Amino acid sequence: MHLNKKTSLLKIPIYMTDLSHLIPQAQSDFAASANMNELEIAKAKYLGKIGLLTDALKGLGKLSNEERPAAGAAINVVKQAVEAALTSRREALLNAEQAKQLAQESIDVSLPARAQSTGGLHPVTLTLQRIEQLFHSIGFEVATGPEIETDFYNFTALNIPEDHPARAMHDTFYIDDANVLRTHTSPVQIRYMENALKTHKTPPLKIIAPGRVYRVDSDATHSPMFHQVEGLWVDEDISFANLKGVVQDFLQKFFERDDLTVRFRPSFFPFTEPSAEMDMSWNGGWLEIGGCGMVHPEVFKHVNIDSEKYRGFAFGLGVERLTMLRYGVNDLRHFFNNDLRFLSQFK
Amino acid sequence: MQFSENWLRSLVGTDLDSQALSHALTMAGLEVEDMQPVAAPFTKVVVAKIVSVEKHPDADRLQVCSVDVGLAQPIQIVCGAANARAGLVAPCALVGAQLPGIDIKQAKVRGVESFGMMCSSKELGLTAEATGLLELDSLAPVGQDIRQYLDLDDHLLTLKLTPNRSDCLSLTGIARDVAAITGAATCLEEIKSVPNDTADRLNAVVAEQQACPRYCGRLITGVNAKVSTPAWLVKRLERSGLRSINVLVDVTNYVLLALGQPMHAFDSAKLSGDITVRFAQKNESLRLLNEQEVSLKSDDLVIADGSGPIALAGIMGGQSTSVDEASTAVFLESAYFTPTVIAGKARRLGLSTDSSYRFERGVDFANTRLALEYATQLIKQLCGGKAGEVTECLGVLPNRLPVKLRLSRLVSVLGIPFAEEKVAQLLTQLGFTYTLEQSVFTVVPPSYRFDISIEEDLIEEVARLHGYDHIPTQAPVATLSMLEAPEARAHQAVLRDRMVAAGYQELVNYSFVDEAWESDLLANPKPIKLKNPIASNLSVMRSSLWGGLLDSLVYNLNRKHDRAMLFELGASYHYATAQQTSFTETTRIAGLAYGSAKPEQWAAAADDVDFFEIKAHVDALLSDASALLPLSYEKAEHSALHPGQTARILQDGKPIGWLGKLHPKWQQHYNLTKSTFLFELDVDAILNRRIPAYQDVSKLLPVRRDLAVVVDASMPVSVMMAAIKKAAIPMLMDVALFDIYQGQGVAENKKSLALSVLMHDTQKTLTDSDADTVMANLLQLLQDECNATLRN
Repeated sequence: MHLNKKTSLLKIPIYMTDLSHLIPQAQSDFAASANMNELEIAKAKYLGKIGLLTDALKGLGKLSNEERPAAGAAINVVKQAVEAALTSRREALLNAEQAKQLAQESIDVSLPARAQSTGGLHPVTLTLQRIEQLFHSIGFEVATGPEIETDFYNFTALNIPEDHPARAMHDTFYIDDANVLRTHTSPVQIRYMENALKTHKTPPLKIIAPGRVYRVDSDATHSPMFHQVEGLWVDEDISFANLKGVVQDFLQKFFERDDLTVRFRPSFFPFTEPSAEMDMSWNGGWLEIGGCGMVHPEVFKHVNIDSEKYRGFAFGLGVERLTMLRYGVNDLRHFFNNDLRFLSQFK
Repeated sequence: MQFSENWLRSLVGTDLDSQALSHALTMAGLEVEDMQPVAAPFTKVVVAKIVSVEKHPDADRLQVCSVDVGLAQPIQIVCGAANARAGLVAPCALVGAQLPGIDIKQAKVRGVESFGMMCSSKELGLTAEATGLLELDSLAPVGQDIRQYLDLDDHLLTLKLTPNRSDCLSLTGIARDVAAITGAATCLEEIKSVPNDTADRLNAVVAEQQACPRYCGRLITGVNAKVSTPAWLVKRLERSGLRSINVLVDVTNYVLLALGQPMHAFDSAKLSGDITVRFAQKNESLRLLNEQEVSLKSDDLVIADGSGPIALAGIMGGQSTSVDEASTAVFLESAYFTPTVIAGKARRLGLSTDSSYRFERGVDFANTRLALEYATQLIKQLCGGKAGEVTECLGVLPNRLPVKLRLSRLVSVLGIPFAEEKVAQLLTQLGFTYTLEQSVFTVVPPSYRFDISIEEDLIEEVARLHGYDHIPTQAPVATLSMLEAPEARAHQAVLRDRMVAAGYQELVNYSFVDEAWESDLLANPKPIKLKNPIASNLSVMRSSLWGGLLDSLVYNLNRKHDRAMLFELGASYHYATAQQTSFTETTRIAGLAYGSAKPEQWAAAADDVDFFEIKAHVDALLSDASALLPLSYEKAEHSALHPGQTARILQDGKPIGWLGKLHPKWQQHYNLTKSTFLFELDVDAILNRRIPAYQDVSKLLPVRRDLAVVVDASMPVSVMMAAIKKAAIPMLMDVALFDIYQGQGVAENKKSLALSVLMHDTQKTLTDSDADTVMANLLQLLQDECNATLRN
């Protein structure tokens, strides 16, 4: 009997019953779902094709027109609540899954990066680039010339005839009787001025000529190959005082020190007159950094520039010397040993 | 040029102290390279004479001396020197004396009172080592301060003279310049003619008057060359860095130092016949004073007698006629040789003598005769003898032409105002004679100045005496115009930066290299050789930068590096013509990679570099150039590289570089455990670049299809790509290789290439049938040009 009664109760159409108890039941079922699959199974129980709420909605058709709206509304309230519960649980599960995945993807951000090797420039290049940049800023162009130079350009055109004692000041590497490894960058002056004349370029001429030079000399303070930068400014109204001004300006900017001063001492180069050695104030003393002077009329004559109308100054700076002072390098030999422990310091 | 400060001070009255004098010389262009005191500072040391000596009662090696130091009574001094003996005159430090490192006090030495210390030259700081007491002349004045007696308050000055200032190669010349610099007066010794005592003379014939415009000679007979040179003269020679040899030679050297006139003394007993000044004849030779036997060339000027050459004029005398202590008669020579005749001759023989050094720079031709008189006077004074007649041959001496100095030019060259009076004063201080007219000085340079012939020479003189320090630093005032900035030409710095970004460290290697690198590694049979290399392994000019890179690699591997990426940008040197008379220099950029591509780390495998990795670095260098001209890599062979992994790089068909793997034989030669890759490119060829020119951006999207074809395994992909590019199939935009396959499913000697094909039409959307047409055209092309088949 008891069973029968129960059975008969169940036979009461579902749409006729109050379904609000399904809300907590669904909530509980959803909460018990540990993952999306289980949640889908739980969802089917209520909202699937044969789900309880789907059934109830299907049964509405059997009701009279009067009964249907109220019954339908009641079912929809329950359905919305179940759907809300489902959405909420679905989001929760998604969040949890994402959180788990994010946790799995977590890395030690303090580990070193995937490294490429880092290259670097040679310190002499750094200095040459700085010199170029500074002189470029006041309109100097860069000129170049050959390193295997003819005796004529290296000496004769610079007013150093054969057997002139000044040749003994240059310990020259010879290729043959007519060709040498240039002992200074000064021949570039001549080549540049000659060429200027050919291309009808007239003063002002302002160049620097950086490059390798060679002397037969090798010890702790001399390298058989080193770098010089030659500077030349030819114009109508260029003076010795201007030369001093430009050199001092350069040194102050190069070393980024306003207090540097330059001192000129009388000297002798056959291709300049007056000629001077340039000293720079440094740690309370004076350091020799190159030679300079006013372009010699003989040199102008070689390149057909009228020395009555134009004057010029020229200077030569030792690049390794400047590099050593700038970066505190104490041994010239480092520059050409190419030890990576030395070179990597200039990155 | 080294000399004694006191000698200089005896010739010019300056009140500058030693430091100030040295600074003044340097700032006037006579650079003082070194200044050293003759002796260390010390006080209260006098000339002393040991009166008597007794043995010390308690010490075998000590003696108790009674020493006369010029006081009323001798003093007692305990002394351990072996040469301490009665009668010896030696320096004595009195109680209270301060010597280098010791203060002298009254003391008991082993129980005996001692009132001072007898000194060695070492204890006075005169020499580094000494044995025993410094023995002085027995007639030295007892009691005189030793500093005064030995003239120790003196400095040795060394001048680094520039080649134009030959006038300062003597004490007289330096004194003259000090007078010019400071305005002080000189007090030079007046040289008087020495009348001849006899009519003896030797005939001299100057056959080459241009080479020797003035030649003076004189016989002095009956000289005693055995006398020792007086101490004052020896001291001046020694303080000038010359050794005393014998009195005759010492006198000639002294005149050289004092007046700057090189002289030579021949032993006249060893001469035969007349003296001739001429150029050497064929097959003549001469044994020089230094024992060197020289074969003479036709441009060597010689002094000859009847027997042949006896001296190399202006350079060095001959052995056979040299004077020594046994000489009793000399022929003194004082001449002026033309600088260009002497220049370079000594160097040709590997010599540089005090004489040649002066003659090639210029010796005062107004002094030739005076120097001879001075030497005669000194020889007669020191050695006795009778002076003969002076032989003088006089040709045409250099003419000192007047030089004009315009005040206006002076002012504009130096950039500072100058008053006429100031210039006049400085010229006067220099001893130059001049006239002044309308602000133009007309200056006649003195005979001793070989460096004054144009206006600039005078401007330099004025500037030098005015003081370079007093010329202000002044920024130039000039017209400004911007420099050109050609956009179609990249700066070399761009290449350097790309190398650095790819991980390469820049090197600078010597331009001269080991000849073996050239001949073996680079198969260059005729490298450019240096005539005078600094070392045998730096004897030829490099034709490639690879030798230096490999050398640096080995250097660094030996210092515990295990990988390296290196590059250099610099010149390579080549003969321009087969005659090997002219040269070309090509600027190259070269790189080397060795070991793992990336530094050892947790985040990447330690894979060694391979060809295509380095090729990417080369491509980066070529990126500008490749937009302008077609570039290609073709299989080639190079002596340094692996024959299967070598590419010659071509720009528009012209070779511009190499890329490849170091040949295994070289890898073994250099003891390299891993593969090494090398590349080198002509910089000039790759700096040209395209100035960007805008093209319409198509609104229509491209269509991509893929194509797989099978071709011969040996066919270079670049050939296929070039064929596609050349065919210019309409609507075909780009073809890229994305896979290469060889193995199962592909016949042996074949390879399968997978290509992605991009197509577009700038006017309309591409239809499927359009794309089909393009693909069909492409396949047809590949079949025709590359013998390709479609892969199933």
